[in-house]
Amino acid sequence: MGYQGHFRVWRGSAEGGGLEDFTVEVNEGEVVLDVIHRLQATQTPDLAVRWNCKAGKCGSCSAEINGKPRLLCMTRMSVFAEDETVTVTPMRTFPVIRDLVTDVSYNYRKAREIPAFKPPEGVAPGEYRMQQVDVERSQEFRKCIECFLCNNTCHVIRDHEENKESFAGPRFLMRVAELEMHPLDEADRVQQAQSSHGLGLCNITKCCTEVCPEHIKITDNALIPMKERVADRRYDPIVWLGNKLFRRS
Amino acid sequence: MPELERHSFDVLVIGAGGAGLRAAIEAREHGMRTAVLCKSLFGKAHTVMAEGGIAAAMGNVNSNDNWQVHFRDTMRGGKFLNNWRMAELHAKEAPDRVWELETYGALFDRTKDGRISQRNFGGHEYPRLAHVGDRTGLELIRSLQQKVVSLQQDDFAETGDYESRLRVFQEFTVTDLVLDDGRVAGAFGYWRESGRFVLFEAPAVVLATGGIGKSFKVTSNSWEYTGDGHALALRAGASLINMEFVQFHPTGMVWPPSVKGILVTESVRGDGGVLRNSDGKRFMFDYIPEVFKDKYADNEAEADRWYTDPGNNRRPPELLPRDEVARAINSEVKAGRGSEHGGVFLDVSTRLPAEEIMRRLPSMHHQFKELADVDITAQPMEVGPTCHYVMGGVRVDPDTGASSVPGLFAAGEVSGGMHGSNRLGGNSLSDLLVFGRRAGAGASDYVAGLSARPVCSDEAVAEAERTAVAPFSGSDAGGENPYTLHMELQQAMNDLVGIIRRAEEMEQAVERLEELKRRAATVVVEGHRQFNPGWHLALDLRNMLLVSECVARAALLRTESRGGHTRDDYPSMDAEWRRKLLVCTLSGSSVEVVEEPQVPIRPDLLELFEHSELQKYLTADELEG
Ligand SMILES: Cc1cc2nc3c(=O)[nH]c(=O)nc-3n(C[C@H](O)[C@H](O)[C@H](O)COP(=O)(O)OP(=O)(O)OC[C@H]3O[C@@H](n4cnc5c(N)ncnc54)[C@H](O)[C@@H]3O)c2cc1C
Ligand code: SF4
Ligand code: SF4
Ligand code: FES
Repeated sequence: MGYQGHFRVWRGSAEGGGLEDFTVEVNEGEVVLDVIHRLQATQTPDLAVRWNCKAGKCGSCSAEINGKPRLLCMTRMSVFAEDETVTVTPMRTFPVIRDLVTDVSYNYRKAREIPAFKPPEGVAPGEYRMQQVDVERSQEFRKCIECFLCNNTCHVIRDHEENKESFAGPRFLMRVAELEMHPLDEADRVQQAQSSHGLGLCNITKCCTEVCPEHIKITDNALIPMKERVADRRYDPIVWLGNKLFRRS
Repeated sequence: MPELERHSFDVLVIGAGGAGLRAAIEAREHGMRTAVLCKSLFGKAHTVMAEGGIAAAMGNVNSNDNWQVHFRDTMRGGKFLNNWRMAELHAKEAPDRVWELETYGALFDRTKDGRISQRNFGGHEYPRLAHVGDRTGLELIRSLQQKVVSLQQDDFAETGDYESRLRVFQEFTVTDLVLDDGRVAGAFGYWRESGRFVLFEAPAVVLATGGIGKSFKVTSNSWEYTGDGHALALRAGASLINMEFVQFHPTGMVWPPSVKGILVTESVRGDGGVLRNSDGKRFMFDYIPEVFKDKYADNEAEADRWYTDPGNNRRPPELLPRDEVARAINSEVKAGRGSEHGGVFLDVSTRLPAEEIMRRLPSMHHQFKELADVDITAQPMEVGPTCHYVMGGVRVDPDTGASSVPGLFAAGEVSGGMHGSNRLGGNSLSDLLVFGRRAGAGASDYVAGLSARPVCSDEAVAEAERTAVAPFSGSDAGGENPYTLHMELQQAMNDLVGIIRRAEEMEQAVERLEELKRRAATVVVEGHRQFNPGWHLALDLRNMLLVSECVARAALLRTESRGGHTRDDYPSMDAEWRRKLLVCTLSGSSVEVVEEPQVPIRPDLLELFEHSELQKYLTADELEG
C-alpha cells in the first residue's frame, strides 16, 4: 500500500535557503502534512512547519505545493502520481522565518486597520433581530479561516512589497464588505476601503477566489459589490450621503 | 546567559481560546494591563474547531426552555457529580454571554422571527444550541478576536499604541509559573520561533490552556492539547479534580488512518443522522439505560416522529449523552458488527435531502469529501469513538475562578467541576464564556486588592531556565527520543486507560507511566532552540506524563462506572461515590490522589428534580437530609 515518495522541501531562513530532496514513505489516505510530519519524526527533526487542527479549520498550514497555494492538511497525496516529485515551499508573499513558516504579521496589522463592528445604539443585547437572508451574505465571508492564501496569491502584493503599505489584501477588503453587509452595523467604511485599504488596486482577476479553501466567492460577492458602491457614490451624491449600502430596508 | 526578555502586566492570560480571550476582554475592561499568551497564532486556538454550537437556554425555538431546565440537563449529563454552583451560574449566565457575542459582531443562524436559531443536541431537552452551520467555534473565536482588536483600536485612539492595555503574544509557550512565597509572581517561557526565553511578571495568571487529548492515540484534539495548564497548576501547588473523567466522543472518523480521530459533529445526529451496524440495524435502541428510559424512544417510528413533533414523542436514542453512545458503538464493534475499518455507520444520506445536508452540515460534507472520498449526501460515514474532552481540571472557586494558589485562576477546559463526570455537547463553548468572564473579573479584583506586587526571584527564573534547556544536555547514556516516548505514552493511555477500564490494566498503566517518566528524564534533542519541534515536544512530554498519571491514578481509585469513566470490573454507578471527589496534587515528582467529600447540592436546586429521579443518583441519607 505504502510507497516511497519524492519530496522537495524548501529549507532555510530569512538569510536564505534552498530546496532539499527527500525520499519518504507515503501511505494510503495521507495528506501532505502527514508526510511532512514523517520527515520531522524520521529525518529532519527541526523542519519547521505551522499547523494546528489538521482538519482544514484553523488556517495554519498554508504553503505552496508544486507552486500552488494550498493547505498542507487538506491536500491529499492521492492527487499526485507515485513517481511525481512533490515540491513544498513557503508562502511567497510573506517573509520567511524558517523552512515552511512565514511571518504573517502583515495580516494582523491590516486587520487592526479596519474599523470594528459598531453595534446599533439603543438596541440591548438579546434584542438583535435579523433575518437569515440578511445575515447570509456576511456569513459567507465569516467562513474565512484566515489562512491568508488569498493575500498570498494576490498579484498586487505577491511581488510588490511596496504595495503592502496601501493594500489590505482580499482577506481584509472582504472584511470591510462583511461589516458593510452586516444588517445592524452602524459604521461606514466604504470610502475608506478605496482611500486607505487599496480597493482601487484590485483589478478583479479572481485569483484570490480560486485559492480560497473555503470556496468563498471573494471577488464576485465582496470585492465587486464594493467597487460598485464606491463608483455609485462617486457619481451620485445622494447615494453618497444616503443610507448605508447593501442594507435591504 | 543572553539577556532575558522581560515584560510586566497586571493580568496574564495563558491561552487564546474562548476562555482566555473572554477573560482577557474582562480584565482589560476592568482597567488591568493585560497580556494573552498562546502557542499558536492568534485566532487559531482549539476553540476554532468546535462545530455544533453553544448551549444557552434562550428559549428562542422552544419557549419552555429556561435556566432551570438547562441546569437539570447539565447535572443529569454529568451524573450529578457536577459542582452544582458552577452548573447553576453556567445555566443562568449563558444566554447573556451569547447575546453579548452579537454586540461583538457575531452572526448566528436565525429563526424565522429573526432571533438566534437553536438546534437539538444530545442530552439537551429542548433545542438549545446557538450555531452557525457547523462552524460555531470559528464564529466564537473570530468574534472574540475581533472584540480584542476593537478594544485595541480604542486604546490606539486614546494612547497612540494599539497594545497599551491589551497585548497578544502569539506562538509563545509558557513552561513554568514563577511563585513568590506561594503566590503567583509571573510566568516563564519561550518564543517558539526563536527559542528565546521571556519572563512575564504579573501578580495574577489566568490559565485557559484547554485540554489533554494529545496523551491519547486516537483523539480529536490538536498538538496544543498537552495538558500544560493542568501541569502548571499542579506544579504551582494547586489541585485538580475529576481527572478520571475523560470524554470519548462517539463519532470520530476512522478511515483513512491519517485522519483517524478527527471529529464528526454531533449535529449530524441532532439533525436526523442515525447509527447502524453492519447488519443495517439501528442499534441504539438496545442501549437505552434505565435512568433514561422515560426520555428516549424505544422504537424507530416514535424516534422519527420526534424531529417534527418533539412535544408528543420521546427523542431518538442516537441523542443519548455521549458516554452512552460511545460505549454502545464500542460494544457493537466488539461483538463483530462493526464496519470494515472498525467503526459503525453514521448515515444522514437516507434521512435528509442532499441540499439540506449541504446547508446544515457544510463542513462535514467538505471534510469527508476532501479527506475520505466519501460523499455524505449519498453514502454513510464510518465512525468510532475518539478522545475528545477532559472533564477534570483545576479546582476553582465557582464565582471567581480562583484556585487554591493566590493569584492563580483557571477557566475553560483546563478547569474542573462544571461538567461532573460527563460534559454535554455545546456546554463547553458556553462554559468558556461564562467562566472566562468570571475568571477575568476574579483576577482583576484580586490584583486591585493587592498592597504589594510579588517578585520573581532570580533563582526561580534560573531554575525555570535550567528545566527548559535540560533536553539539550540530556544524559549521554541512552538518551531517549521524544517522539518515541510520546507514541508509547499515547498507546498506553489508549489501551490501558481508554474508554473501557479495568484494575489490572490501570495498574499496568501506572507502572508504564513511571517507567516513561524515568526515561523522559533522559530525553535528548538535537539542534538549537530556534523553531525546534523536537525540543517543544520534549518539554510538552513532561506535562503529558504528569497529567496522564493523574488520569490513571484517579481512575484506578474510583471503583464504579460513571460518565466518562467506565469500568468492566465495576460496571454500575454507586451513589456513595457520587459524594466523593478525587483530588490530585503533586508531591515531589509524584501525583497524590485523595478522596474528599463533594459539596452537597443546595436544597432549592435539588427541588428542581423529581424525587424519583434523585433516587437514581443520591444515597438514602442524602434524600432524607
Ligand atoms: C473538534 C472539536 C469540536 C468541538 N465542538 C464543540 C461544540 O460544538 N460545542 C462545544 O461546546 N464544545 C465543543 N468542543 C469542545 C470545545 O471546543 C473546547 O472544549 C474548548 O474550545 C476549549 O476552549 P479553551 O478556551 O478552554 O481552550 P482552547 O481553545 O483550546 O485554547 C487553549 C489555548 O491555550 C494555549 N496554550 C496551551 N498551553 C499553553 C502554554 N503552555 N503556553 C501558552 N499558551 C498555551 C493554546 O495555544 C490556546 O491558545 C469541541 C472540541 C473539538 C476538539
Ligand atoms: S481579484 Fe483583486 S484581490 Fe483578488 S487576487 Fe485579483 S486583484 Fe487581488
Ligand atoms: S478568504 Fe479564503 S483564502 Fe482568504 S484567508 Fe479567508 S479562507 Fe483563506
Ligand atoms: S492545520 Fe488547520 S487548516 Fe491545516
